[in-house]
Amino acid sequence: MRPQPTSTEPLAAAPAAHIEAPKEPPRTPKQIARARRKAAAKRVWREYRKNKMGMAGLIILGLFIFVAIFAPLLASSCGLDPTCPSTGPQLQPPTLKYPLGTDDLGRSVLTLTIWGTRISMTVGLVSTAITMVIGTTIGLIAGYYGAWRETVLMRMTDWFLVLPFLPLAIVLATLLGPSFYTVIFVIGITSWPATARVIRAQVLSLKTRPYVERARALGASDWHLVTRHILPNVGPLIFANTVLIVAVAILSESTLSFLGLGDPLHTSWGTILENSFGAGAPFAGNWWWVIPPGLAIVLVVLSFTMIGYALDDILNPKLRAR
Amino acid sequence: MSLLSVRDLVVSYPTQGGPVPAVRGVDIEIGTGEVLGLAGESGCGKSTIAGALLRLLPTGTEVTGSILLNGEDVLGMKPRRLRAVRWTETSIVFQGAMHALNPVQRVGEQIEEAIVIHQQAGQREARVRVGGLLEQVGLPPRRIRDYPHELSGGQKQRVMIAMALACSPSLVVADEPTTALDVMVQAQVLKLLKELQRELGLAMLFITHDLSVLIEVCDRLAIMYAGRIVEEGPAQSVFYESVHPYTRALAAAFPAIGEGRFRKAPSGLPGDPPYPQDLPTGCTFHPRCPLAFEACPHIDPGLFEVSPGWRAACLLLDSAKPVLEGARIPGRGP
Amino acid sequence: MSERTRPAEQAMDLNEAAPLLEVRDLEVTFAGRVGLGAGLVGRKATVSRAVDGVSLQLRQGEVLALAGESGCGKTTTARAIMGLEPPREGQILFQGKPITKRLRAYRRKVQMIFQDPTGALNPRQTIYESVAEGLRIHRIHHGPNGETEQELVARALSRAGMRPPERFFLNYPHELSGGQRQRVVIAGALVLDPVMLVADEPVSNLDASVRGEILRLLLQLRDDLGLAILVVTHDLGLAWTIADRVAVMYLGRIVEIGPAEDVLTKPLHPYTKALLNVVPEAGGLDRPILTGEPPDPTRIPPGCRFHPRCPDVASGAARAAGVEERCRGEDLVLLELRPGHSAACHLAAFALGKGQAATMAPPQG
Repeated sequence: MRPQPTSTEPLAAAPAAHIEAPKEPPRTPKQIARARRKAAAKRVWREYRKNKMGMAGLIILGLFIFVAIFAPLLASSCGLDPTCPSTGPQLQPPTLKYPLGTDDLGRSVLTLTIWGTRISMTVGLVSTAITMVIGTTIGLIAGYYGAWRETVLMRMTDWFLVLPFLPLAIVLATLLGPSFYTVIFVIGITSWPATARVIRAQVLSLKTRPYVERARALGASDWHLVTRHILPNVGPLIFANTVLIVAVAILSESTLSFLGLGDPLHTSWGTILENSFGAGAPFAGNWWWVIPPGLAIVLVVLSFTMIGYALDDILNPKLRAR
Repeated sequence: MSLLSVRDLVVSYPTQGGPVPAVRGVDIEIGTGEVLGLAGESGCGKSTIAGALLRLLPTGTEVTGSILLNGEDVLGMKPRRLRAVRWTETSIVFQGAMHALNPVQRVGEQIEEAIVIHQQAGQREARVRVGGLLEQVGLPPRRIRDYPHELSGGQKQRVMIAMALACSPSLVVADEPTTALDVMVQAQVLKLLKELQRELGLAMLFITHDLSVLIEVCDRLAIMYAGRIVEEGPAQSVFYESVHPYTRALAAAFPAIGEGRFRKAPSGLPGDPPYPQDLPTGCTFHPRCPLAFEACPHIDPGLFEVSPGWRAACLLLDSAKPVLEGARIPGRGP
Repeated sequence: MSERTRPAEQAMDLNEAAPLLEVRDLEVTFAGRVGLGAGLVGRKATVSRAVDGVSLQLRQGEVLALAGESGCGKTTTARAIMGLEPPREGQILFQGKPITKRLRAYRRKVQMIFQDPTGALNPRQTIYESVAEGLRIHRIHHGPNGETEQELVARALSRAGMRPPERFFLNYPHELSGGQRQRVVIAGALVLDPVMLVADEPVSNLDASVRGEILRLLLQLRDDLGLAILVVTHDLGLAWTIADRVAVMYLGRIVEIGPAEDVLTKPLHPYTKALLNVVPEAGGLDRPILTGEPPDPTRIPPGCRFHPRCPDVASGAARAAGVEERCRGEDLVLLELRPGHSAACHLAAFALGKGQAATMAPPQG
């Protein structure tokens, strides 16, 4: 004897008996979407503020960006020129006039470091931009289309992946002359494969999600699927990846400059270190010439990493909700 | 003497917003050789109970109440005794058991592991026993040497059952053991479980959301909703003559093929099972209950007796309260 | 639009002659992978014949259940019907025309409901955006009576039982329950005013007490809008609840098809009988249960593909009737054994006096 099937009204989840009147004139879907995105960004920011590590990283990074932008106001560019009257006695430890001491040409190390911020950060950011654009595009195409496109692109990626960083840099520097454009080029060329692989893996996983299938069943074109469904869901990954790549790029630039492959006429932290080591500063005990640029590199990289961690925590989204 | 006696079990998970009660006062009694089915939907707390019995819940979970296994208090056991008891007196076939197998270890070794850990036998003897266990669950003994990926879903489930029986427990807790299987394989596994239960005199706690499966295997049935038991009693009575409106709705979701009553008449409850963080007041079922009346949002019913051994938590059963004129008390006739 | 507002029964009478959807001899195969070693020695990749000759028809306002275990090819058939899986052979005709021509227009008329409502919604899109997606893809800015996009979305959500619809516009999928998400998916399908729905296990991922409401919704849509619905399911109880006709699939073929009452209470094919036997509480576990696992579409047995597991072969009933060699050696197609009720079984055909191998009777259903 089975129980009678209970027959109930198909009640919607909302027990509300009346339709809430919209508080403002009806907005177009685009406006709704934009408002929602703004609200979402505010929410992310609010979450981010709670993350101590992320805030610390952001503050440090902010400081460096400030220095990079306002370098001319903080230290006159003339201080980079050894013939400038502002130069002082050579290799002098820190004093009031020269808070970080002077180098072997009498230039203030503080001035050098401040101006070095500009080049180091610029090179880091530009090469990262190149890496991300190339890497994401290739990763997207390879992952989404598969088949021969994937094979060709991934083999190309593998080829670039095994390009040795340093020998390539040296060869190119020799061929093209040492300059920061070379540095940017080298870093871009050797970093994009890693990004491409990561993006491709994520795209492969997203491609099979039911909501992508559903959009296809609705009749969506490839373009719609990629721009509306795949890219936004790869977005957080791209963002977090970018942050870490900038750190690596800045470090790479410093390395290359330190090895003498950067532009000797422009100052970056790496070139400062190159000069100081070249003049035997660590062994002569001229610590003020070595530590500031080194510390700057460490701090910037650290700040990016901390921001990256914080973003990871936050952008790993609705899994945390319930 | 009951094998398992649970009284007033309360389990709360820690969350950012404070502890959330997944189980809110549950009593369970299983005698030797008895099979109790525990049914309910998502969020009702049934899987939590499985973990609580052997203290396998994540650290930070608060567990209060009493759990007596063969008269011994599980919650008060020292870690050593607890480890000894785990698997030898009570074992568990987990939900998603098929994924509980180590993919890089042969299945025979994994079963052996259980025996050897409890020092019930040396390795060689254990291997012989494993062969016997596999036979018992209907697999050829040569499968000892297979890796999990070489087995089908149904076969992996049988391995899990063999593993649960490895140390000859007196109580087996099966948490959704047939959920991911095809109907045919599910029937095979259920038949196996029933045979094993009879042969070995096992007591079983069978946890699932599929009520129709429980009818096959269980002597008694307990239905859970929002962390409490809302009806319990003899399996046939609870399923075919359910008294609690939730049980009736749940049972109606498993139609009998061939009965015209169910043709083109799907029935379900409005709304959704409540989240533990957000329980309705009074009787937690009242927002979805077709028979709710004024008292329901205000009074939290305990379990009222329907007949000896059969109880349900519904205010309509409370003989002390005045019954509304003309109200039909479900299960009691006109 | 006025035609569509007629009740389903009237619609069915009108279209008695012309089925809405017709599938003819559909075949879909998947190539497996070969290991490196095996590939080097020249072994070919195993071919999985997921769908191996399926024909069916669906009329306007009809609910057809495609039932079977995993690996039988029902989901692949549904996906092929949606154009998501290219067929190797065979034709899919919608309103008489092959779907490969004008696929985009076809996709406006036929929508799919997915098994996993959570996965089927983009977690970064609001409910409004998810439902409006279909409209945007097909660049529909206004309804046929001048309705705005917002009104169309609200109407679809409302029809799917989410009331008041505006309340849900700005929600995200993770803020809703499983049942609500499925309603959103259904709304997303309804917004384009389709003629046919393909529902792949529409309720199996939902809690048992919620399923009834979704099924009731589907029936209501059929009654109110005259939709034709193809439901893919492994649950015969579901078929009993909502289907007009049932087609049982095994290893890529339909082995029995007919009105739900007939197929589910007077089954002809031994596989259908076995499936019905194992539906719980049909009579206790002491009834015969098929041994073995659901079969492998890469290794299809010769003859009747069910014969290795067939209880009638094992018990000798086939031999007694003299059809056993045919079971083992002669592949067969659906034979109409009772009016509107076909099965692919030598023994059943013999028992009902239709022993001769007949040409395939188009399954009228």
